[in-house]
Amino acid sequence: MAGHVDTASSTAAERPPALSLGPIGWMRANLFNTWYNAILTVLIGWAILMIVPPLFRWAIVNAAGFDATSPQCRQATGACWAFVNEKMRFILFGTFPYAEQWRPLLATAIIVATLAAAANRRFWKPWFVAVSLGALALFGVLMWGGVLGMTYVENSLWGGLPLTLILSVIGLSVAFPFSILLALGRRSTMPAIKAICVAYIELIRGVPLVSLLFMASVMLPLFLPTGVNIDKLLRALVAFILFEAAYMAEAIRGGLQAMPKGQYEAADALGLNYWQAMRKIILPQALAISIPPLVNTFISTFKDTSLVIIIGLYDLLGTAKAALSDPAWRGFYREAYLFIGVIYWCFCFSMSKYSRWLEQDLNRGHKR
Amino acid sequence: MKAGILAAAAAAFTFAVAGGAQAGATLDAIKAKGFVQCGVNAGLPGFASPDSAGNWTGLDVDYCRAVAVALFNDPQKVKFTPLSAQQRFPAIQSGEVDLLSRNTTWTLTRDTSVGLNFAPVTYYDGQGFMVAKKLGVKSAKELNGATVCVQSGTTTELNLADYFRSNNMSYNPVVIENNDEVNAAFFAGRCDVLTTDASQLASTRASVAPKPDDYVILPEIISKEPLAPAVRHGDDAWYDIVKWVVYATIQAEESGITSKNVDEHLNSKNPEIQRLLGVSAGMGKALGVDEKWAYNIVKKVGNYSEIFERNVGMSTPLKLERGLNGLWTKGGLQYAMPVR
Repeated sequence: MAGHVDTASSTAAERPPALSLGPIGWMRANLFNTWYNAILTVLIGWAILMIVPPLFRWAIVNAAGFDATSPQCRQATGACWAFVNEKMRFILFGTFPYAEQWRPLLATAIIVATLAAAANRRFWKPWFVAVSLGALALFGVLMWGGVLGMTYVENSLWGGLPLTLILSVIGLSVAFPFSILLALGRRSTMPAIKAICVAYIELIRGVPLVSLLFMASVMLPLFLPTGVNIDKLLRALVAFILFEAAYMAEAIRGGLQAMPKGQYEAADALGLNYWQAMRKIILPQALAISIPPLVNTFISTFKDTSLVIIIGLYDLLGTAKAALSDPAWRGFYREAYLFIGVIYWCFCFSMSKYSRWLEQDLNRGHKR
Repeated sequence: MKAGILAAAAAAFTFAVAGGAQAGATLDAIKAKGFVQCGVNAGLPGFASPDSAGNWTGLDVDYCRAVAVALFNDPQKVKFTPLSAQQRFPAIQSGEVDLLSRNTTWTLTRDTSVGLNFAPVTYYDGQGFMVAKKLGVKSAKELNGATVCVQSGTTTELNLADYFRSNNMSYNPVVIENNDEVNAAFFAGRCDVLTTDASQLASTRASVAPKPDDYVILPEIISKEPLAPAVRHGDDAWYDIVKWVVYATIQAEESGITSKNVDEHLNSKNPEIQRLLGVSAGMGKALGVDEKWAYNIVKKVGNYSEIFERNVGMSTPLKLERGLNGLWTKGGLQYAMPVR
């Protein structure tokens, strides 16, 4: 032990300079390592100082209480979270009958739980498809009702979070198989199939989603005889499926094209026919490569569902806007948008986090 | 399902017996399905908005309910379809909704080429200006060179341009798409003047302005915006019912009949009131509805004044005065045709 005493009492010259260690050292290495980083650090620090304290004062210090009335809220200089408290159930569930709102709550919980389970690779088995379909059926039973003593609620009364979820979940899960077929079709050597797929993809990708929704909701009824009405929700869903299928097809085509030719040749050499080769060799790898662009599409679809507001469906954004039109609670749009912004963020952020994990998990074999 | 069809058939049969008038396709379909499909604004304070429990309220909404009461004696026999501004005409043309009660301005082209029939005006509106009191402006004629906050893509924007041009004045428009943001920009002082429909100005001042007394609405009204419910061409019997539902609420106010005292008026000796409330029969039969139609409307929805005050009047956050919407006997424009 005696031999080591001198390390503790090393001379000042031997110790590392204080400026390269500890928090100061970390800041020098990460925040002020070049002159432009130093400027950026100062600018961002200044921006944080400008934004965060007023935001904190607005959102917390000066905010009116959760049970405040609307006139009390108008007196307060800060946020009015009482608005969110008052309108929470309307924003989440829309015009669904008030006394029965446990049903959309439960239905939403079922969908979220199924999605969470589907995220786990242990459940990637054929039987899970049946479980998912069962969950969807349960969702339908809870939302529509009409059985087991639940009153019938037509889907024009659905709104808020369950509507946003069902539009994105059904939209994406129906569009996904279509998009695989479209991507394969676009790479096909058969000219007719290739031409059809290319025409479809380019046509749909050439128009904005808003115009498809308008077609579905404004033009289509004029072509139908008077009195014949296709359900509004169904029309919106079909528009979503058509749109997302084209976009996902392009993401998957990217994955297909990234596969080395040797993989195709190896499949041929094994004597596999086209569908066997695709199913067992090409698609599993191509889809793994396509995860980032696919998740990109998923996230944008989830947010695009808010466009249904233009065809008069109350998704999450629609219910927030409608809640703001209550004469007693006008003008609290900051609180309303912040509230639904947080909900959107939770969903989108978990999707993006999950995709990064999945990407790494599936690419263990050949990490780049 | 079977019971539903039977009930619908029974209802249709009852009405076929009760209603003597020649009914058109729309009216038949409404009676068969047992409810009125009503297109409303997806959210306009005071006119159509869902409350915290998701129930529709508002002046436009109450007229949907009044029509349902006339047909089915039940204000709940109506289903609402929230419609955007672009969607509303295709929705009524295609039959997706039976009645469009969505703050729609009655114009010649809409009455003709769009294929609508307008019921009487339920709300007379017009475009106005609001300024900060400290500017000391007393008239819109003094607004030369002002900065004006206006919502984009509306007739408001066009009327504004017309008004300033015809008065040889210049202005700087601050054009914003979202109504909330237009208001926010005005109250933040980005512009001198806020322009939109006068009813909206009044309600914005009452419920959004930080200090309502700091703002004045100028007396000039520069456009006519008569808002009326509408049905599509092709079913006159249905059009008649909607039309007379509106007149019934106005006539009830003029005769002093409210939802509170309507039962007392059943004993009235006034023949006008007797005809309206169905004490002396004939009016309901002529319209093809129950003789008690107007009694039911006043009892369950209210007269025009009650509908107005409940949704947009002085006791609501919107604090709108009757103004042009007063009865003709009180200097307003609301005038019901004689019920006889």
